[in-house]
Amino acid sequence: MSSIAVSASSAIGKTAAANPDALVRIAVRNLDFYYGDFRSLKDISIDFFDRQVTALIGPSGCGKSTLLRTFNRIYSLYPEQRAEGEILLDGQNVLSPAIDVNELRARVGMVFQKPTPFPMSIYDNIAFGIRLYEKLPKSELDGRIEEALRKAALWGEVKDKLRQSGMGLSGGQQQRLCIARTIAQQPEVILLDEPTSALDPISTGKIEELIEQLRSEFTIVIVTHNMQQAARISQFTAFMYLGELVEFGPTNKMFMNPTKKQTQDYITGRFG
Amino acid sequence: MAEHIVRSYDNDLQGLRQRIAEMGGIAEKMLGDASQALVRHDKPLAQTVIAADSRLDVLQREVEESAILTIARRQPLAVDLRETISAIRISGDVERIGDLAKNIAKRALAIGDDVKPQKIVVSLKHMNDLVLGQLKDVLDAYAQQDTAKSLDVWKRDGAIDALYTSIFRELLTYMMEDPRNISFCTHLLFCAKNIERIGDHTTNIAETVHYLVTGETLAIDRPKNDRSIDAAVTGG
Repeated sequence: MSSIAVSASSAIGKTAAANPDALVRIAVRNLDFYYGDFRSLKDISIDFFDRQVTALIGPSGCGKSTLLRTFNRIYSLYPEQRAEGEILLDGQNVLSPAIDVNELRARVGMVFQKPTPFPMSIYDNIAFGIRLYEKLPKSELDGRIEEALRKAALWGEVKDKLRQSGMGLSGGQQQRLCIARTIAQQPEVILLDEPTSALDPISTGKIEELIEQLRSEFTIVIVTHNMQQAARISQFTAFMYLGELVEFGPTNKMFMNPTKKQTQDYITGRFG
Repeated sequence: MAEHIVRSYDNDLQGLRQRIAEMGGIAEKMLGDASQALVRHDKPLAQTVIAADSRLDVLQREVEESAILTIARRQPLAVDLRETISAIRISGDVERIGDLAKNIAKRALAIGDDVKPQKIVVSLKHMNDLVLGQLKDVLDAYAQQDTAKSLDVWKRDGAIDALYTSIFRELLTYMMEDPRNISFCTHLLFCAKNIERIGDHTTNIAETVHYLVTGETLAIDRPKNDRSIDAAVTGG
């Protein structure tokens, strides 16, 4: 698969040249991933650019969620799962045993398919994450929580009920609460694993609008099964199949004129 | 190309292609008949050309509606999106070709057998045959998704422009020779202009076919040899 990695990086080279501000935030090099004996990622090499949204697409089981889960080493909660290769976050290999995973997970936040609010108040849902890493005076904590809720476009809807349970919010609001919880930790990277697949179109629209706004501050990687969503909200798209990176490039090119037949077959619904 | 998982999607796209093939057939016939009507002063044939145009209009509306529905229903991507957009563009070009051929037929009726030197009509017929060949080729290129063939059509448009310039000069000369020629020469000038513009539409279609097949637009300027503007300035 190394040849594909080369062609992908040359395609990106052009884009990065057009936009000199696009720094590589995460560089994945020759990454393999194993569930026990099963090799589910095969020699993946790919760059994720600073303050750009990159969408990972591909059929179920292709490895896109697995790839996402390597960036904050969330897989290491399961003893039979392991990753080999390098994932350089700002040049530092996050797979190195020397890395403090708690600190890593504050730097690389994650939002899941189903909203996962904690069974506590809206306020404490966000304060909880901050308190894990920082001791802030109440006034500063309040400020951080308001800022996170504002950035997650939820403040207006919850400012009068911060003490009510986060579980009482609608699905879309719960998802934005989870995004606020992630933002509050001031991460560099936000990983979104099918964040809107359980939401109605209006809530989906709000999350997409939010992603567009968050792009100015964070590097965003999103796994989505919704092709139009990937086309709408991302600047780069990677297509994966059977644990391999098939094609990676600027989103406009990927959805109008992909290079690989496999990519074209998948995005036009001709697969299988 | 492999079939879609949803089979009715293939039917939608197939329907677009079939309608455009039908439109192409009608336009070819109209253009051929219009020039015959002009050469042979065949009024009934000219009438058939005029009557045929309404079917083209109907088909073009159908293509447009069906393409818009496909976009709304299926949100086509990549080659499917290009196919849908190309169908809208090509049907527009073919519909215009029909209008221009119809206009030639109307002028054939107006001129009647008032044409004195038959030679000039023969030049016009020659130009029309060239354009008709272009139209046939570009429709084949579309049906076969053959970008080399479409590029070939695109490059040949320069020859048609050159021929148009020479007919323009010839007609000017006839008009200067005898003011009684002005009436039919003006009609013929419009016919020549119509044919030249049909040529332009075939190059538009060639560009669309290239985009459909490769996903890229033709960046370089199309070859142009229309010097009729200079001819008018210098008095032919």
